[in-house]
Amino acid sequence: MTRPAEPEPPVTEPPEPETGVHTWTGKSRRWFLKHLPPDKLLPEDQPSYVASWAYVFGMGAVAGLVFIIVSGVVLSFNGPQWYHVSSLGHFTNSAHLWSVELFFMFMVVHLWMKFWMAAWRGGRVLTWITGMVAFLVSIVTAFTGYLLQTNFDSQWIAFEAKDALNAVGVGAWFNVANVGQIFMWHIMLLPLAVGAVVALHVLLVRAHGVVPPLDAADTDAQLQASTPTSPDPEAKLS
Amino acid sequence: MNEVMAAAAAPITPGTYYNWGDVSIQSGNLVVIVVMLILFGLALVLPFPGGKSRK
Repeated sequence: MTRPAEPEPPVTEPPEPETGVHTWTGKSRRWFLKHLPPDKLLPEDQPSYVASWAYVFGMGAVAGLVFIIVSGVVLSFNGPQWYHVSSLGHFTNSAHLWSVELFFMFMVVHLWMKFWMAAWRGGRVLTWITGMVAFLVSIVTAFTGYLLQTNFDSQWIAFEAKDALNAVGVGAWFNVANVGQIFMWHIMLLPLAVGAVVALHVLLVRAHGVVPPLDAADTDAQLQASTPTSPDPEAKLS
Repeated sequence: MNEVMAAAAAPITPGTYYNWGDVSIQSGNLVVIVVMLILFGLALVLPFPGGKSRK
């Protein structure tokens, strides 16, 4: 026995073959391919205005961060008794410090550049915010590094800072006079936080593209799409 | 152990401070700020290598 044929639905566009619509892996893959397609993640060229020294300081800060992490991993393998005494330990410890100096200098110049070109234009607000968060988390991470010099300098910094931290009510669980706790924050929690925020920041730069200079705003597709006179208000979402 | 104690006892000096009225800054911090300002200025005026040949 056969069922009577159901009326066919009106013919429209044939549905696109999609797989994995009902699985979290499939949904994730479609989301990533939509928002972070490979040609955006790994572009082969950039707009002509990117060929300027003004655009190198962000990557300079990332390069500094790579040196910080590599030298920090070497320091953590060998420990304070090594890096406070041996020549190679002193060198690695100094490389760690100077990588931080360069990281912050490049990051601050990058911040100045992006502030003066209003880099939050064209739907890039979250890129700007993650950059500021990366700056703040990096300051806390560097602060815990200065607490780990295990000398009178770090003792002075800790006992000055504890009053400020107690005054804002966080001293009970972020105790700068507890070198063991600060050591764990410095080598695990805070590096993870800096790495995650910086990775998100770079992904957002890739997703939205680098911001054009103020006098080249006409060349930015996102700025054009977000103007009120745009004929296609949905275009800014693409 | 003696080496560790010697390293821990290394003298730490406060450095040189400059004072202009209410403004007081340590020489190392001043150098970093001046270097950043110089980098900022140079990045705006120096030509980027290969920049003109790009599309």
